[in-house]
Amino acid sequence: MMCSTRLSSVRQLQGSPFTIRFILLFLAGLFAGSALAVEVRQFDDPAKQRRYENLIEELRCLVCQNQSLADSDADLAKDLRDEVYGIIQSGQSEQEAVRFLTDRYGDFVLYRPPVKPITVLLWTGPVLILLAVALFLWKHQRQRPTLARLELTDEERQRLERLKKNLEG
Amino acid sequence: MRFLIPLAVFLVMVIFLAIGLTLDPREVPSPFIGKPAPAFALPQVADAQKTLAPADFKGQVALVNVWASWCVSCRQEHPVLVELAKRKLVPIYGLNYKDQREDALAWLDRYGNPYTASAFDADGKTGIDWGVYGVPETFVIDRAGIIRHKFTGPITPEILENTLLPLIRQLQGSPS
Repeated sequence: MMCSTRLSSVRQLQGSPFTIRFILLFLAGLFAGSALAVEVRQFDDPAKQRRYENLIEELRCLVCQNQSLADSDADLAKDLRDEVYGIIQSGQSEQEAVRFLTDRYGDFVLYRPPVKPITVLLWTGPVLILLAVALFLWKHQRQRPTLARLELTDEERQRLERLKKNLEG
Repeated sequence: MRFLIPLAVFLVMVIFLAIGLTLDPREVPSPFIGKPAPAFALPQVADAQKTLAPADFKGQVALVNVWASWCVSCRQEHPVLVELAKRKLVPIYGLNYKDQREDALAWLDRYGNPYTASAFDADGKTGIDWGVYGVPETFVIDRAGIIRHKFTGPITPEILENTLLPLIRQLQGSPS
């Protein structure tokens, strides 16, 4: 629901006759939206800060599902960033922060889902399709007439010569 | 025969895409189904001196409805809950999510109070523990305190009659 920052700025533009003003307002709206998502977080260790920043890029906001926790302005995303910050700042590992979220929201919060029976096709699918296409092309390549087969046999050549002679004669 | 393979591939794709279209990407499967309701102990909306905890609804089939006075869809769902409360089929417990106490009380005053009691989750931490991501959400909890179903979004009369009530009756019918 908090994704509406952007939508509402678009809505305000409708009906105004000045195209350039549209675009400027729209861009302003975009930047206003993303500026909100950035908070300053104090870490006692730069390594923790890096871990935190990598992590929130890898986690999906459940409200604005096409945004990471880092990008989203949603209230819930802010709360979840707070939780992740708390976990990392207290010295726990990334895995523990990820487990905190997957325990509550399932694998859905992960942009990179783990390999499980249910996700096997997701991970191996592209390779399987590539193999299937390669196999298909290979089989059909062999069925195509080769150059050798296009050449005339001795018998055919003799027949051709005879036909030529008949035409000339 | 030559055309059968591409046709088969095409049909398989159509089937997968058709299944994909019927799924709601907003609906995040809850990892809590089949697990005990996450613990909390929160003050009640009506009386900050009293607390509400999952132990309060143990021993009976219950609904836990996450709501807030700022939530537009909750307003839409509310009459259905009020009507359900009147039928006394199942107790409805509220989890008042990230709200102001005065706003929540005024809201209940104005539109009616279907809740046996509502927990007051001012900072939304209990909401996060319950995996709440879009208010309103409704959990069906069995006698043993196990979450059996989660519905995200406003309950409509159809969803109540076709999905929630059959499940509630089934859970009430089965011995705990």
